[in-house]
Amino acid sequence: MKKYAVVTSISYPKKGAMGKTGSWRVFRPTLDKAKCVKCLRCWIYCPEGSIRREPDGSISIDYEYCKGCGICAKECAVKAITMKREDEHE
Amino acid sequence: MAIKDIPVEECMLQGNAACPGCPATMGLRLVLKALGKKTVMVIPACCTAVIESLYPHTSFDVPVMNIAFEAAAAGASGVEAALRKQGREDITVVAWAGDGGTYDIGLQALSGAFERGTNFIYICYNNQIYSNTGIQRSGATPYAAWTTTTVGGKAEFRKEMGEIVLAHHIPYAAQTCISYPEDVYAKVMKAKTIKGPKYIEILAPCPPGWRFSMDSTVEMGRLAVDCGAWAMWECENDVMTFSGKSKLLLEKKVPRKPVEDWIKHQGRFSHLFKPQRDEEKLKVIENHIDRTWERYRALYLQK
Repeated sequence: MKKYAVVTSISYPKKGAMGKTGSWRVFRPTLDKAKCVKCLRCWIYCPEGSIRREPDGSISIDYEYCKGCGICAKECAVKAITMKREDEHE
Repeated sequence: MAIKDIPVEECMLQGNAACPGCPATMGLRLVLKALGKKTVMVIPACCTAVIESLYPHTSFDVPVMNIAFEAAAAGASGVEAALRKQGREDITVVAWAGDGGTYDIGLQALSGAFERGTNFIYICYNNQIYSNTGIQRSGATPYAAWTTTTVGGKAEFRKEMGEIVLAHHIPYAAQTCISYPEDVYAKVMKAKTIKGPKYIEILAPCPPGWRFSMDSTVEMGRLAVDCGAWAMWECENDVMTFSGKSKLLLEKKVPRKPVEDWIKHQGRFSHLFKPQRDEEKLKVIENHIDRTWERYRALYLQK
């Protein structure tokens, strides 16, 4: 990345500028790959961009930064994503 | 345009400071996907200035200039002039401001930039409050909505910013909503190809500000369009076309949902239902929307 020799406050892009925001999460979205129809609505609606598009057209969830808002689960037309409490997981 | 054709590249990085379920980041992702990396953003004081995160890091993978509340359009004019002088006219200049910075504080700078014919895109994400400073009323707050400065409900109606912009007769103006990503993407792509001032307003339902649960952001936007509280349209060279559901509402092809379907989910209107229903105010809201659509039909419906 190009750094500028300017004497002023310049911020540089960084993934996770506010830390690992996945720690904010109370409910964890879990994907049932068998039910998913690859419509990508979760991917486009995710405010955080935490749904990854895989090369084969399927999706996966990035738990490192997912804030657990639950929009993906609510907007999923086939109910392939469900929200489970973090402590109930596994 | 299908969702799968929208580019994968993200210019909005993960791990930013936005609230969970934030409509602004949803909109920013879409807008930056449409505009690509050859973009300079000008951002006044608004939620997005916070979403950028803390110095010395930022969550935006495009150059951003932060500027005072009233100066988004003026700053963008300066950036555009500097790029033009350097011969770098392939770069899109975007001013991204909230409704406070557009409807109230930034209005004269915006009007000036439109009048000068500055070649830039002005995007207002409208969450109908000053949410960055803690939910104060703005010119965009609808009638009877609770905010921290209108306890008991706002007494005035919101202003129609879209129609103020249309009075400038700029090459392209549009209104859309984050619940319709294809519509947002298509309108930004269209604005990118047009020379001169462009204005796009995106309705952004704010979970903490409107007092609804954070998983309902998209649903609230969709209901706002369904019950006519928000209209989606685009106006290219003074030719007005309504888009999506709003087109059907304009042509009376689908019945308009009662506005109660939208407001009953929002805590900011809960005083209309508890302790008892305030029939009078509900009727005023309903009549106001009916009148708005009658005006739209009189002005824009082709006979």
